[in-house]
Amino acid sequence: MGEILLSIRDLRKRFGGLVATDDVSLQVATGEVHALIGPNGAGKTTLIEQLAGAIPSDAGAIHFRGVDLTGKPQHERVGLGLARSYQITSIFRRFTVLDNFALAVQARSGSSLSFWRQRDSETELLGEARRLVEQVGLAGRETTLGGALAHGEQRQLEVGLALATQPKLLILDEPMAGLDPNESERMIGLIDSLRQRVTVLLIEHDMAAVFRLADRISVLVFGRIIATGTPDAIRNNAEVKRAYLGDKVTP
Amino acid sequence: MQRALVVVVLALAVAFPLVAEHYGAIYYLSFTSRILIYALAATSLNLILGYGGMISFGHAAFVGAGAYTAGVLLVEGVTSAWIGWPMAMLVSALLAFAIGAVSLRTRGVYFIMITLAFAQMAYYLTVSMKAYGGEEGLNLPLRATLGFGLELKDDVTFYYTVLALLVTALVLLQRLVHARFGRVIQAIRENETRMQAIGYPTYRYKLICFVIAGAFGGLAGALLASQNNYVNPSLLHWTQSGMLMVMVILGGVGSRYGGLIGAVVLLGIEELIANYKVAWLAALLPNYQQHAPLGVGLLLLAIVLFAPQGIAGLFARVLPTGTGDRG
Repeated sequence: MGEILLSIRDLRKRFGGLVATDDVSLQVATGEVHALIGPNGAGKTTLIEQLAGAIPSDAGAIHFRGVDLTGKPQHERVGLGLARSYQITSIFRRFTVLDNFALAVQARSGSSLSFWRQRDSETELLGEARRLVEQVGLAGRETTLGGALAHGEQRQLEVGLALATQPKLLILDEPMAGLDPNESERMIGLIDSLRQRVTVLLIEHDMAAVFRLADRISVLVFGRIIATGTPDAIRNNAEVKRAYLGDKVTP
Repeated sequence: MQRALVVVVLALAVAFPLVAEHYGAIYYLSFTSRILIYALAATSLNLILGYGGMISFGHAAFVGAGAYTAGVLLVEGVTSAWIGWPMAMLVSALLAFAIGAVSLRTRGVYFIMITLAFAQMAYYLTVSMKAYGGEEGLNLPLRATLGFGLELKDDVTFYYTVLALLVTALVLLQRLVHARFGRVIQAIRENETRMQAIGYPTYRYKLICFVIAGAFGGLAGALLASQNNYVNPSLLHWTQSGMLMVMVILGGVGSRYGGLIGAVVLLGIEELIANYKVAWLAALLPNYQQHAPLGVGLLLLAIVLFAPQGIAGLFARVLPTGTGDRG
């Protein structure tokens, strides 16, 4: 295991009587694809929201690249290199694909307090946006509105927007959701192509994808991590089988 | 096509005083100046309401703050427009900063109500300013002075000054909308959550946008003070905020000329109904001229139902240019 990129310690979140995140501790090493799996309602998305800074934690600490993220607003976490995608597609539907990417590029290159120079004349910015369009496999769709894309393409854009922030850690919340087998294959290819360059925390229900992509897997059940290990170790873990996998995976 | 139309309208606006003078219709010069000032106010509201998606129901506070700043300075002997108008913008910007800093922490209906509440507080503040006329308002001894041999008390000069400022503001705001900053505020309107997730401190950008709009609203207020030689609390009343919103909705939410078109149509219709008696309508409804708002209300209803992008949206449908302002 390489250097620790993300370290979560005893993280908690309660919603009234429901403990959504129950003393979660988890470490993600630089360069790995770390999958987080678990049944519906296990608290996966809540954990992401806490990591991203969209909701505050009740207790515990998150360290990212050695920096304590407690109290840091979302945009600062993105600035440090922590980006997330959404389970429910969240794109700029009335912006073109190119403009979607340009927004994400603009967020980290230069000031957005520019009031006079027309964005369309910023060739460097748009050039980088174009490269990202190609990288996520949307070439040829630059001028299409985000909302007019097919579902699979919207998912590519969804992941692409997070990728465009040049993260060190990319948190993907069910990137395969609603994809047909072909589209899934393309998404798996995209995530695989990021390996080594970007560390990935992958939340996913598609077990075939998880076991193909993950270097390590953590299993979250009722807000608790019940196991962390290599795909083989998880596949053969009795507790994991009982709580979640059951007959989902035939080894 | 649309560009040609803009050039024609601008040429007409420039030629208008000559025509009006020739026919001795100086009243209409002053009336048109008023329309242009409201166009500036509505355009500034359109920046936050249309492009930024912030439904502010308190824009009259900024117009009023600008008017009172300019008015009080005139009464106190500071007559130069070069001081009075920038001061008006500054005071309105500061007020927008204060109101925005609190209001922008809320969303949706709460934002609408809190901006309304702040504006009403500003309204009552002016009512209680006894030293400056209180409820009665404040008569101004003169219009601001420009220097360079230009006399704002001359209605033609005043008209051209207002026109020049409106055109400048339209150009500036248009540059802004298509610059990085404009992309950001429109994207926040579209999907604020995602903007935060790709690294934008959205609150900060919304606040800056709110302050810019407040400053231009303040400029409109300063012009209004000179136009009327009078300021009074009704400038800040919530019905004024409502009127500005109606202008924006009529003209076109988030469209370049939405504020201008809305101001022309709304004030034009009010004027038409009030001053031109339609014989058959008067026979049917003897008092109809006192109920101009009813006519405006019906028009607004029709626009909202049949042309949700306002009159500018109708134009865009007839005159395709390929450069829609939205999104």
